[in-house]
Amino acid sequence: MYSKTVMDHFRNPRNVGVIEDANGVGEVGNPLCGDMMTIYLKIKDDAIDDIKFQTFGCGSAIAVSSMLTEIAKGKPVSEAKNITNKDVANALEGLPKNKLHCSNLGADALQMAIKDYEARKEGKAPAEIKRKETHEHSPDGKCYCPYCDIEIQEEAPFCKACQSDLVEDHH
Amino acid sequence: MKIINLDHISSKPLIPEVKQAMIDAINNDYGNPSSQHRKGEQAAEALANARESVAGLLHANTPKEIVFTSGGTESVNHAIKGVAWANAEKGKHIITTNIEHNSVIRSCKRLKSQGFTITSVSVDNKGRVDPQDIAKAITDDTILVSVMHANNETGTLQPIEEIAKITREKKIIFHTDAVDSVGVMPFDVQKMGADLVSFAANTFYGPTGAGGLYIRRGTMIWPLLDGGVQEASKRGGTENLLGIIGMGVAADQARQHMNSRLVHLEKLKNKLVTELPNYIDEYIINTPLDHSLPNLVSVSVKYIEGESVMLMLDDEDIAVSTRSACATGSLRASHVLMSIGLDHADAQGTLVICYGVDNAEEDITKFLDALKNIVVTLRDISPLYNKTH
Repeated sequence: MYSKTVMDHFRNPRNVGVIEDANGVGEVGNPLCGDMMTIYLKIKDDAIDDIKFQTFGCGSAIAVSSMLTEIAKGKPVSEAKNITNKDVANALEGLPKNKLHCSNLGADALQMAIKDYEARKEGKAPAEIKRKETHEHSPDGKCYCPYCDIEIQEEAPFCKACQSDLVEDHH
Repeated sequence: MKIINLDHISSKPLIPEVKQAMIDAINNDYGNPSSQHRKGEQAAEALANARESVAGLLHANTPKEIVFTSGGTESVNHAIKGVAWANAEKGKHIITTNIEHNSVIRSCKRLKSQGFTITSVSVDNKGRVDPQDIAKAITDDTILVSVMHANNETGTLQPIEEIAKITREKKIIFHTDAVDSVGVMPFDVQKMGADLVSFAANTFYGPTGAGGLYIRRGTMIWPLLDGGVQEASKRGGTENLLGIIGMGVAADQARQHMNSRLVHLEKLKNKLVTELPNYIDEYIINTPLDHSLPNLVSVSVKYIEGESVMLMLDDEDIAVSTRSACATGSLRASHVLMSIGLDHADAQGTLVICYGVDNAEEDITKFLDALKNIVVTLRDISPLYNKTH
């Protein structure tokens, strides 16, 4: 189910822990969604000098956190700002389709930590960032049930074919 | 490397007697049980023997009350949809509970979209339904009550006999999904009183792909699969003879060894529950120990997530199941754990440990040893643990 790279990062997560004197902290998710991730940054000379994480979540959530810290470590803040959840998933050689939204929160947590760093620098309250929960359409513009892959004809709260609920009830 | 299987709820191994019977059946090169030539008659005889064995396990009045199916899910679909369709002119109301297996929930949901009404009765914090709540939900329109016998996530047993008394008095058909109990513990259809009982061969060390539905004589039900006259016209399609032969032998073995198996399972259950506090702290046992399956314990370990635990145990050659939302296709918290009042974070850390005749006490010790280290590792990473400690 998981790629070799995902399993490697899950088994040997890099940069686990807390940075006591962090100057940027980002936290995303809540137990309701299944996953929680906290990113700690130590930024020096506008570059990520140190980064650590703590995660409550599944194998993929732990691997995402670990991979994100590897990608971000040492990067100038300006470059780190461009890291997306998709970059992390690609570096992990892909994630299962149904895990792309829920456990792939690493870049969101990083962006929050960077915003927190910037806000602290300017003496402002940290800005809240909104998570994107976009419903992806295929290139042909059609919609497919993520569970049974049957084309969905209309905007319905559940798939009539497999009866799966399609509306996210996460908070 | 031998994998210690503590995930019997997902799959049980075939016992040697079943394997041998199935190998013999392959070599026998049986014909179609519906054919009238000798090859067919031999097959029909093997089918009849298996039916007798299964009827014996359930204490059915006659083997005719057993319909072979492809397993628990088909049996449940057959029971619920078959009764609903056959009795739609009498009424369109069905009563069930909110801790059922998805095969029940989704069969009911399907019927709802076809004009039936469904009442889903709640359970208490031990996962038990109050028979009086069932009685209160009955209306003039009620045609079917479906309550599972043993829950597949917590092992909780429901008061089937008491519910059967109510439905019998009101002349309402009663189905119980006993997929996780038939063959594991004694199940006597006369004593239990249900009109329909779903069961599966793999639960008692028979093959997957074989199961059955007990249909009490006189119960109004339509087939789920329309076709030939197999299974007394209750289920079209040539029977899965190899699987059914395996199920027959598994049923005989279950009946013969029921008592010694129960003693063994209780020993493992006691060991697991009494020794667990020596290995980990801060956990919840979701299984009501005095009212549950002998072979299953559900534990929610606080501050960590179940899929991670399951994957790490797999690295230690131990298989368990988790009820974490992360490990399900739908990524939704378990409806059973929510129904017994667990919060989302605790539900995420839920393991289902289900053992069997092939497990030794040593397997439980190895599991506890591995679990101890994994819990430490994952709590060390967990922001939830670090916020509260």
